[in-house]
Amino acid sequence: MAVADIPALPVRQALDRPKVATILFAVAILLAVVKPLLPGFLIRVPDAAVLPYQDWLQWFFDFVKDDLGLIHVTRGISAGLEWLLDITANLLYGKHRWPYIGPIPWTAIAAVAAVIGYGLSGWRMAALAGGAFVWVALIGQWELTMETMSVITVAAPVAVLLGLVLGILAWKFARFEAVLKPILAIFQTLPFFTYLLPAVIFFKVGPTAGCVATIVYAIPPMVLMTSLGLKKVSNEVVEAGHMSGSTRWQMLRHVYVPAARTEILVGVNQVIMLSLAMVVLTAFIGMPGLGAKLLSLMNSLKLGRSFEIGVTIVLIAVTLDRCSKAWVVKQPEHFERGTPWWQRNKLLLIGIAAFVGCIILAQFVQVADHIKRNQDLSMGGEIDDVIRAILANDAINAVTGWLRWFLITWVLIPFRNAILWLPSATVILAVAAAGWYVGGRRSALLAGSFFAVIALTGWWDRSMITVYAVISAVILATMIGLPLGILAARRKKWSEPILLVCDTAQTFPSFIYLIPAIMLFGVNDVAVIFAIFIFATVPLMRYTIEGIRAVPEELIEAADMSGATRSQKLWKVQIPLALPTMAVGFNQAIMFAFFMVIIAAFIGTQDLGQELQKTLAGNELGKNFVLGMCVALMALAFDHIIMRWSAARRKALGVG
Amino acid sequence: MRFAATVSLAALVAASATVSNAADSSDPIIIPIHNWSSQIVMSHVVGQIFESMGNNVEFVTTDSQAVYESVRLGDVTLELEVWEGAFGASFRSALEKGGLHDAGTHNAVTREDWWYPMWTKESCPGLPDWQALNECAALFATPETGDKGRFLGGPVDWLKHDQERVDGLGMNFVVVNAGSAAALWAEIGAAEADKKPVVVFNWTPNFAEAVWPGEFVEFPAWEEGCNEDPSKGPNPDATYDCGNPANGYLKIAAWDGMKEKWPAAYGTLTQISFTNPQIAEMAKLVDIDEMEPEDAAAAWLEANEDVWKPWTGGS
Repeated sequence: MAVADIPALPVRQALDRPKVATILFAVAILLAVVKPLLPGFLIRVPDAAVLPYQDWLQWFFDFVKDDLGLIHVTRGISAGLEWLLDITANLLYGKHRWPYIGPIPWTAIAAVAAVIGYGLSGWRMAALAGGAFVWVALIGQWELTMETMSVITVAAPVAVLLGLVLGILAWKFARFEAVLKPILAIFQTLPFFTYLLPAVIFFKVGPTAGCVATIVYAIPPMVLMTSLGLKKVSNEVVEAGHMSGSTRWQMLRHVYVPAARTEILVGVNQVIMLSLAMVVLTAFIGMPGLGAKLLSLMNSLKLGRSFEIGVTIVLIAVTLDRCSKAWVVKQPEHFERGTPWWQRNKLLLIGIAAFVGCIILAQFVQVADHIKRNQDLSMGGEIDDVIRAILANDAINAVTGWLRWFLITWVLIPFRNAILWLPSATVILAVAAAGWYVGGRRSALLAGSFFAVIALTGWWDRSMITVYAVISAVILATMIGLPLGILAARRKKWSEPILLVCDTAQTFPSFIYLIPAIMLFGVNDVAVIFAIFIFATVPLMRYTIEGIRAVPEELIEAADMSGATRSQKLWKVQIPLALPTMAVGFNQAIMFAFFMVIIAAFIGTQDLGQELQKTLAGNELGKNFVLGMCVALMALAFDHIIMRWSAARRKALGVG
Repeated sequence: MRFAATVSLAALVAASATVSNAADSSDPIIIPIHNWSSQIVMSHVVGQIFESMGNNVEFVTTDSQAVYESVRLGDVTLELEVWEGAFGASFRSALEKGGLHDAGTHNAVTREDWWYPMWTKESCPGLPDWQALNECAALFATPETGDKGRFLGGPVDWLKHDQERVDGLGMNFVVVNAGSAAALWAEIGAAEADKKPVVVFNWTPNFAEAVWPGEFVEFPAWEEGCNEDPSKGPNPDATYDCGNPANGYLKIAAWDGMKEKWPAAYGTLTQISFTNPQIAEMAKLVDIDEMEPEDAAAAWLEANEDVWKPWTGGS
């Protein structure tokens, strides 16, 4: 490319964005080509220039914790949370705490769940909700599930309430939103290992730390959806509120929040799903129940029973998801004036009757109260044998053996070496070029500086290995997920089941993938990438299906009328219009991949995840945080570039 | 003045009363449980012993490295399995910061080293000698290690020095670190199907011994100072050129406040000492006999009253 242009780099108005981006990219490549001639500091930041950020941060943490006494504040909060958690724990599984009345018999809870399901959307939901709890009891996981639920029933409402308040504040005060948004973005991309130590130190190991970590993880979508919903409330509605003389509080309570009901409930749904996603990971910091059991089962290689726990988590997630989605759709009921109260509250009364009835029944029938160990229907052993038989199958092993050899020798190792060989300056400039291409100077500066900061922390090589795993997995996910998504979107018959598979794969605890991945491929990068791939394909497929399905009918008809063939319709109409939505899916895939690549440290990696794991042994908070920020910054740079592109594209297409 | 005196007198009486009665606090003793069976069962065994003495006990699941910070802060009361190899570093760093102390050592000794399942010996008959292993290195080669053998080490946070040993002894191996114990078992489990030779990191006492019979590789015997002093061990120019100590400690750690808050339970805790067969038995009840940990602990206590009863009586 035109190397002579380089001196003219300082922005000239005449240069448009693609040109500047091209020039930047050309410089990046040039730097790589002439690598042997480059001064050392462009290849890697020299050790001497790496400042002791981790010591400073460690000092800062100690200062905040001990000298400013933050730990007393957080311990006060956790005492409050503990009080709530003790109540739910007593009611649900009979922990020996006030109010000393639990545990509630399983039949009573299942019956109430069924009544709620019925109230939300009829018999099918009742069967799902009741059935899920019956399954849990019959499989012999009732107590574990209730231990988990005792934390979630506190964490989810607290997250919803806090999210609602923060969302309202963000909507009222633009400045607050400007501060809040980047913090939320960092919280969402910070790897899980970074939460672990602070949660334990500041909030006390046990259900409280698990509860806090869950709340922090689940809150961002609630905040975003609340402020989004409030912003969308139409002027007419607001004016009607003003005309009827509402006070500010009344406006909020009776006008804004009801009008934004749909978005707020979507936020609630997200909170529930994210809380369930944390069930296993929080077991490392004291979350009781299913997650803890799953970890110990996996450590003695009991695949069958781990699988059953996975199924339980999925069932509960699907139940709660469907119920909360039904709640979104369900419009508030209105009764004629003068309807007697028992008719208005019929379902409530039925629920109470079923609850009391079951409790009375449980006094006389042991099975209705709790299921004993040898009464359950667990098939752990049998499932174990099936899984092992599949994993030991010769044909499967031949395929995986070949794949492993091929991917490692011909794809992964060369790619990894290449990315490690690149000078830091090249990567930073290339990222900046991409930023410039989608969003001009500001984006270029933002994305480039994120990577520059990573170079300055001295963790460049580890970060590049992380990026390498993420990119490889996402490319693989794109190659498989996109065609599948497109196929599914074109046939209604297929899209429903595939979306169901997506839902299931997303809530199935990611830990369970790790073991089969290792048994198929061994402890190496292929297993790591396979585990990330499963996790990252889901959003790609889901958004592709949704993007293509959302293409307006009129446009398809117009294409039909102008005599387009099926493939022309797909390539010229559907895909271009769905592209912005697909980009969102792609972005999600990258975010999920960054999440999973750190979890994959449990398989065995050489990236930031491994270093993060190491910091746990020495309780090195400072280093832990530096590493966590490296992951977050990379994820945020990708996020910024892709979302910027998607938004620009949407505008150009005039959709959304 | 007079009021203050009365109050302080009352406090004194109250304090002396608690000391003389040496009654344990009714607050629950918090015992951490991790994700391997022997530790879970042992924790329940000790918990049930405390309960039989009238104490309240609660269990909390935690990460096995981060737990030392919690013991230090008093959020959990004790830790029953401090492995010298895997958790020594976390334990020592917490000891330095203060807040917890060494409350006793189990009779059991731990060994953590390179290990292979029995079927490996068929293709490499010279085992368990390390030099014989080195000659078979090609057997353990994988695509990512090229023509060198692959040794699957434990998670990096267990702070082993396998790579240094490979360098020090000039072995033809590459160390790949698994990320978790589960990853090690999965690797052995996958190799079991077609009896593929593998050499991995393993330790004893451990449930794996019962599932997959195997042996430790015999490295040059451990000498004190081998990791610091190049002259120790067969290679005069390198450190880490010995096997790991074959008798590492297994300690009990306790929160400093435990002694005052639950003196009787603390007294018992310092008496507790399990042996290797006992620990293996506890793991077996869960891993092989498929019992739930609470039931396994109860069963063990019932069968071994003569072992644990004396611990509760004395002091």
